[in-house]
Amino acid sequence: MAVTSSRAVVTLPGDTQILITREFDAPAHLVYRAWTEPDLVRRWWSGDRGEVTSVDIDLRVGGVWRFVMTANAGFEVAFHGEYREIVPAERMVWTEVFEGMPDAEALNTITFTEADGHTTVRILVQHASQEHRDAHINFGMEDGLQEALDQLEAVARSLR
Amino acid sequence: MARAATTADAFNAVAEPRRREILDLLAGGERPVNDLVALLGLAQPLVSKHLRVLREVGLVEVRGDGRQRVYRLNAGPLKPIYDWVKPYEQAWSRRFGRLDTVLEELVLEELVQGEREAEEDGENGRDE
Repeated sequence: MAVTSSRAVVTLPGDTQILITREFDAPAHLVYRAWTEPDLVRRWWSGDRGEVTSVDIDLRVGGVWRFVMTANAGFEVAFHGEYREIVPAERMVWTEVFEGMPDAEALNTITFTEADGHTTVRILVQHASQEHRDAHINFGMEDGLQEALDQLEAVARSLR
Repeated sequence: MARAATTADAFNAVAEPRRREILDLLAGGERPVNDLVALLGLAQPLVSKHLRVLREVGLVEVRGDGRQRVYRLNAGPLKPIYDWVKPYEQAWSRRFGRLDTVLEELVLEELVQGEREAEEDGENGRDE
């Protein structure tokens, strides 16, 4: 039986970085497809947090991507960026901006390493500052999205 | 999350790649400082400097063993880092759980496709 760790492992290799590692029970060319074909991305990208409502992928260097999801709580979140490097089934580099925090652009590098039909995926998220990196992790918390929006609403209300 | 700018807590102490390497080495058990110097390939004063920082935040403990100083890991101060990152990690785990399902289907699809092609090849073989 194939042993696949179901847990993603997140480490912080540097002040401005996040490294996410996970092994998949599939060859690299299939994992790559699941990351780059809109109909496939749509099925997993939101995790349990909501539904993916839109996936645009212009898979070429300089091409733009944009993913939109409606969270379970009803609000919408969107991310976009640009592809910088594409080596099919091996490596991709792209920029990523969470549209709720447009200044905090990250540069992501993903590598697909296949061995014995399994693929180890490593995603290195490189932020420009530690502040942005920390905000990214804080925002990644399960209820982080909701909290941030509650805060935003409170601020909006106070401005009335 | 507000941070001290100095090496005042474990967060800052482990931001340095060499110090993380030392922690990785000590995770396998205690080691004399000479071992660490040899394994890291760094100058002794530099290793000592890193060890001092790690001791200050409580990540390593030291004992004298004859003329040697032996270091061991104390992972306790790493817990706040783990607790901080954990929800983010869980979010990725759930996302990847879904990706597993997608991949299972793709693997199966490819398998079926492969068998169909093998069958067709077999039939072609008979035709010839």
